[in-house]
Amino acid sequence: MTAITKKPENPIAHLTPEDVEQLGIELDAIRQDVLDDRGERDAAYIRRVVHVQRRLELASRAVLLGSALPPLWVLGTVGLSVAKILENMEIGHNVMHGQWDWMRDPKIHSTTWEWDNASTAEGWKHAHNEIHHTYTNIVGKDNDLGYGIMRVDEDQRWHPMHLGQPLWNFVNACFFEYGIAAYDLELGRNLRVPKEKRSAEFKANLSKTLRKIRKQATKDYVVNPALAVPFGAFLPTLAANVTANLVRNVWSHSVIMCGHFPEGVETFEKRAIPDNETRGEWYLRQMLGSANISGSKAMHVMTGNLSHQIEHHLFPDLPSNRYAEIAPRVKALFEKYDLNYHSAPLPQQVYSAWHKVVRLSLPNGWLATTTAKNLPTQAKLLWAMTTKGPKVRRAAQARLQQQARKQAQAA
Amino acid sequence: MSIAVPSHHTRGSRGFSLRQSLRRVAEAAVTPLELGDVLDVFHPLRRGREGLQGRIVAVTAETAESATILIKPGRDWAGHVPGQYVRIGVDVDGVRLWRTYSLTHGPRADRCISITVKAIPGGVVSNHLVHAVRVGTMVQLEQAEGEFVLPQPLPHKLLLVTAGSGITPVIGMLRNLFSRRVPPDVDIVLVHVNQCADTAMFRDELRAHGAAGRITLIERYDDVHGVLDVSDLPTLVPDLDERLAYGCGPAGLLDALEAHHAARGLALTTERFRTVLVEPGDGGTVTFADGREIEADGATPILDAAETAGVLMPSGCRMGICMGCVIPLKQGAVRDLRNGAVTVAVPGETDPAGVPIQTCISAAAGACHIDEGARSR
Repeated sequence: MTAITKKPENPIAHLTPEDVEQLGIELDAIRQDVLDDRGERDAAYIRRVVHVQRRLELASRAVLLGSALPPLWVLGTVGLSVAKILENMEIGHNVMHGQWDWMRDPKIHSTTWEWDNASTAEGWKHAHNEIHHTYTNIVGKDNDLGYGIMRVDEDQRWHPMHLGQPLWNFVNACFFEYGIAAYDLELGRNLRVPKEKRSAEFKANLSKTLRKIRKQATKDYVVNPALAVPFGAFLPTLAANVTANLVRNVWSHSVIMCGHFPEGVETFEKRAIPDNETRGEWYLRQMLGSANISGSKAMHVMTGNLSHQIEHHLFPDLPSNRYAEIAPRVKALFEKYDLNYHSAPLPQQVYSAWHKVVRLSLPNGWLATTTAKNLPTQAKLLWAMTTKGPKVRRAAQARLQQQARKQAQAA
Repeated sequence: MSIAVPSHHTRGSRGFSLRQSLRRVAEAAVTPLELGDVLDVFHPLRRGREGLQGRIVAVTAETAESATILIKPGRDWAGHVPGQYVRIGVDVDGVRLWRTYSLTHGPRADRCISITVKAIPGGVVSNHLVHAVRVGTMVQLEQAEGEFVLPQPLPHKLLLVTAGSGITPVIGMLRNLFSRRVPPDVDIVLVHVNQCADTAMFRDELRAHGAAGRITLIERYDDVHGVLDVSDLPTLVPDLDERLAYGCGPAGLLDALEAHHAARGLALTTERFRTVLVEPGDGGTVTFADGREIEADGATPILDAAETAGVLMPSGCRMGICMGCVIPLKQGAVRDLRNGAVTVAVPGETDPAGVPIQTCISAAAGACHIDEGARSR
């Protein structure tokens, strides 16, 4: 997607500044209604989810002691996968957002929660809550746009490295928790700094993350399999833990890709964001920069209600069980202000996000200008762009875009 | 310099270290949860739990507006002396609120503890406990505290003056004394003041003690006798000067009683029930853990005001979404600048560790104490 301000048809051009402020007021009213009504029902909900998750995890680990028997392996692995997904998505993510801080229960609080993931709660809260949620979809500011390893927006400059991004994305999906940990540390940027010049803060965070990873790995790959040794199930239990982590990683990666990457989600130019963005303008950016997943109640819970990504980005601190309830009111506001409420079933959104990853692995305009007939010349051009340095790349890129534009005008 | 420990010294503690190792393995198996979080699933009242809890086992109405809550405390409950109070954290409409109540039984054979709560008009916690709380609910507890206890050995003559819910620590003392196999040799006069007979807690129980001759009960009702004038006490209790005196009730009565006893050169022990009296204002003095004080107006986030004054504060998005700036408010009131909601922290009433607030969207609503260093500790 091209940053909103560079598009021929700006989807917010019809809104006056007064409209945007009025929109902000109406969204604030929705938020306030939930705050006024928030109470015992919500507290009971999160306690029940935590209760169910803990029991499910303990029961699954108990079942896995007998995982030398294949049916028990399947049962235990499914249970553990679901437990890990619930822990990360509906509980961890949302608790660390402070959605349940109002309960004043130190056991379910953003300042005390630690999650079943390679990244530390502290590092994740900074990268996610502070950077991503504040600067959502601003190209060059929100590192969630491709996590620094992928090109997911036309405005991010193409580099030959991006040809491999479908593969990176797949690998990132499989090892997503480590990807998040590296991302929270801004590992790439920091590793480029000479060792002796790295900040003390980075070093401290790195050692915290490594300690966390060691503890996590010891639990899943050493202690729990070892506990199954008396039942002759060391390897099956190890395999079950590996599988559960893989399932959790791929699932959470898919859900999170759906939140901001599907085709049609808007991005923003850094210089187009005013220094003192108003509440209304911020809301508007969240509305256009997020996509929902439609589906069943169970699906919403398993995504940590990130299926209501739009509602979540508007109100990141409202209890997750409320997103489904306010969704119709939010959607009505989209209609009232003639904006696109981006929502589709999971397979469609996952396909759309992957489509974008593949499409943008190629230079802008390349796919559009390629036909069966000119494939050899196009391939040659791509080869040149890949191997012949930045000058050739820029020239070829300019030509490709020009051709694509002409083609579009002709059509 | 380290001191070498001969190896045979450690041998004796092998059982201990085996337990330690098992514990370490169990901790490694459940991380990032703490072992306690897992054990809580099975036994929330176990010994050694971090943070004492209790389970409500019975709720008995005392009057139309008061009830006794019987609580089974966790194994770590260290016991109490009758007359002491307990701080209790109750979830009301999903929010954990802390209050202090006198324990209304002496130590009981079933190890349960009880509090008797009078529903104050507008009182969030007291109304919840009297009218809404259900048996089986978990509550948070702190260990018993308080100096309002009888001396040992007991004096021969006692005067107890109570008004309203001021009877609650005293009923604990009386129940304890008279549950003993050999009744204590102490002559007790209880002057018990209430608005009317219907609202008097433990009225029948006290009358039974009176009828059995265990205490001399002087009931005073405002609607019958008028409001008690402490200068009438010598008339009501002729041997007043010979009695060790204890008083518990509203501040007005206790102030008068203290002046009265001081004038006669008599000793008096009192227990005052504090009520939450934080009137949210507009702006105020913010005091930090490092001792610094700043004046903050009612429209500036505490975060901004603090940083302007050079206080090092944790911060994040500065728009109320990331929770990167949450620190405890130890005392005082703040107002949420987004919707005007007021959050109040009162030592001894709200959470002992303070009430967490987002400083980036909270302005001072009166004098407040905040602990800006809490996150880094």
